[in-house]
Amino acid sequence: MKKTYRLKDLDCANCAAKMERNIKKLSGVTDASVNFLTQKMTVDAEEARFEEIMDEVVRVCRRVEPDCVIVR
Amino acid sequence: MTRRHKLTLARIIAAAVLLAAAHFAPLEGVWELAAYLVPYLLVGGDVLLRSVQNILHGQVFDENFLMSVATIGAMFTSEYAEGVAVMLFYQVGELFQSVAVGRSRRSIASLMDIRPDFANVLRDGETIEVSPEDVAVGELILIRPGERVPLDCVVTEGRGSVNTAALTGESVPRDVAPGDELISGTIDLNCVLTARVKSVYAESAVARILDMVENSSDRKARTENFITKFARYYTPAVVFAALALGVLPPLLMGEPWAKWIHRALVFLVVSCPCALVISVPLSFFGGIGGASGRGILVKGSNYLEALSKADTVVFDKTGTLTKGEFKVARISAEGMEPRELMRLAAGAESASTHPIAGAIIDYAESEGLDVPEVRDIEELAGLGIRAKVGGHSVLAGNARLMETENIPIPEQSNEAGTVVYLASDGVYAGSILISDTVKDDARETIDTLSGLGVRTVMLTGDRLAAAKSIAAQLGIDETRSELMPQDKVTALEEIMASARGTVAFVGDGINDAPVLMRSDVGIAMGALGSDAAIEAADMVLMDDRPSRAAEAIMISRRTMRIVWQNIIFALAVKLIILVLGAFGIADMWLAVFADVGVAVLAVLNALRCMNVKNI
Repeated sequence: MKKTYRLKDLDCANCAAKMERNIKKLSGVTDASVNFLTQKMTVDAEEARFEEIMDEVVRVCRRVEPDCVIVR
Repeated sequence: MTRRHKLTLARIIAAAVLLAAAHFAPLEGVWELAAYLVPYLLVGGDVLLRSVQNILHGQVFDENFLMSVATIGAMFTSEYAEGVAVMLFYQVGELFQSVAVGRSRRSIASLMDIRPDFANVLRDGETIEVSPEDVAVGELILIRPGERVPLDCVVTEGRGSVNTAALTGESVPRDVAPGDELISGTIDLNCVLTARVKSVYAESAVARILDMVENSSDRKARTENFITKFARYYTPAVVFAALALGVLPPLLMGEPWAKWIHRALVFLVVSCPCALVISVPLSFFGGIGGASGRGILVKGSNYLEALSKADTVVFDKTGTLTKGEFKVARISAEGMEPRELMRLAAGAESASTHPIAGAIIDYAESEGLDVPEVRDIEELAGLGIRAKVGGHSVLAGNARLMETENIPIPEQSNEAGTVVYLASDGVYAGSILISDTVKDDARETIDTLSGLGVRTVMLTGDRLAAAKSIAAQLGIDETRSELMPQDKVTALEEIMASARGTVAFVGDGINDAPVLMRSDVGIAMGALGSDAAIEAADMVLMDDRPSRAAEAIMISRRTMRIVWQNIIFALAVKLIILVLGAFGIADMWLAVFADVGVAVLAVLNALRCMNVKNI
């Protein structure tokens, strides 16, 4: 399943790249992209565990950029 | 500026005042340090906190950590003022950069903003405002002056003009009347229109365009990927260099520690790759945004990059360089007035439904010719028509018809198009050339491309002579004629094999989806209605003017130029500062400039990408 989320206060392009890299490494995630310019994130992950995976995604993002909020 | 930005600004101002106070206060020893620590923590507290958090999370080489180490290092070497000032300067730069990036992002996004907010739908005799997603096919909607057309629809009532600039870049308003189709995203200028919805929002032109543009930054250019990769190695490399610079000279040569550590700190400040990481994607985003404001939709920055390297543009002929409409191009009458010839021709062709006949009849109508009475129309299959027109026995048809009737005709010319020969009462009366008309801006397009050093090739199913004539008229370098639709891919592959750069193909999306896919950059034009073309193409031109393709190449080249300017500028400045820093010439102030100053300048430069109006 593929879902797109809006990101609030994503302030640094390098962080966006780091987030993307780290999210892609999560198990169950097929593909992910963090778009600094449109302030959007697309996650393509296993449908059955999607919410669980998203919790993990949020944690990963907070680790890279604590100010950034994922609007779920 | 957001609330967060204002808060940061307030902190920066307060810290600057406190720093000045600490500088002039007659304090010594621990008290002096304490006086400097207050502004330091005020302005850099969050950076310190963040770097501690990040280390705990295993993110070592991030800019917060680097700035913390650099400024704390300065404090330890008793350069209190410098430590605070560098942190202060860093925050000013970050703030400026964040504001600039935010602004650019918003202004580029506004170029692409064609999303309709609401639709006025007529239900049970009432007009209600709903979201465009909630309108079903077949419902009636009301569009008032100044509003955006929310869905693809057909006008049922009202007439006036609409502006399609947001979609096509074309600023001349278009007139609409009942029966005309309206594309979502156009703006109603001056009339109240009622229209019947043709498709649901998700399948409307606007939704498809937005989908394409929003996903465009997911397909990254090679330059963009290179920079992201570069950034991953650059920072650790500089940090290790800093470590070596700070430790080795004192250990090996007995140099003073403070001097070399200070130089190493300069390295740390320069090690952030931010200028590159922000400005390169922003440049592409600006280029794509600017292009979409001109009615050129790009599916990804990789295509913009590929197009900038195009050395050959291949055009499909019919519908791309020509209008695909047949018109009377030349009348050569013999022994009578041209008007008389056309009256006879229009009479003879009056019952025919062939497009050639249509062109002659349209001509007669537009010139206001009174067509004589016609009797005894006889269609001669594969040859033409025999009829009695105004008392004359008229023959109208191809050269073979004249041959079978033993009527001598002048030698055939090599003009592009179809020639209709006429005879009246057994005597040759003249010929009419019917041809597809070349688009108004076709010549200009080819000229522009030649000026850019791009080879132009035309693909067509026409016979060689006709193709050559059009090519000569437009100044096209090369033609491939007599191609069946399936031959086009083979022709394109041959062209691609002989090209040094990339090859772009421009077509109208009818029958050429395979060619669009096979080319390096497939450009579909006037393709708002065609899903297959949008799917197959890498770029879509919203209107059907070929000059947009030339414009797209110029935009792509300019974008790439700005991208490389930014890369070279940022790297050069950093490299110079690193060298100067190693020799002790550059201090931390200069290093902070190299870090954030360059980033801000690069962002401002990237912003130029979206200004494509004067290309």
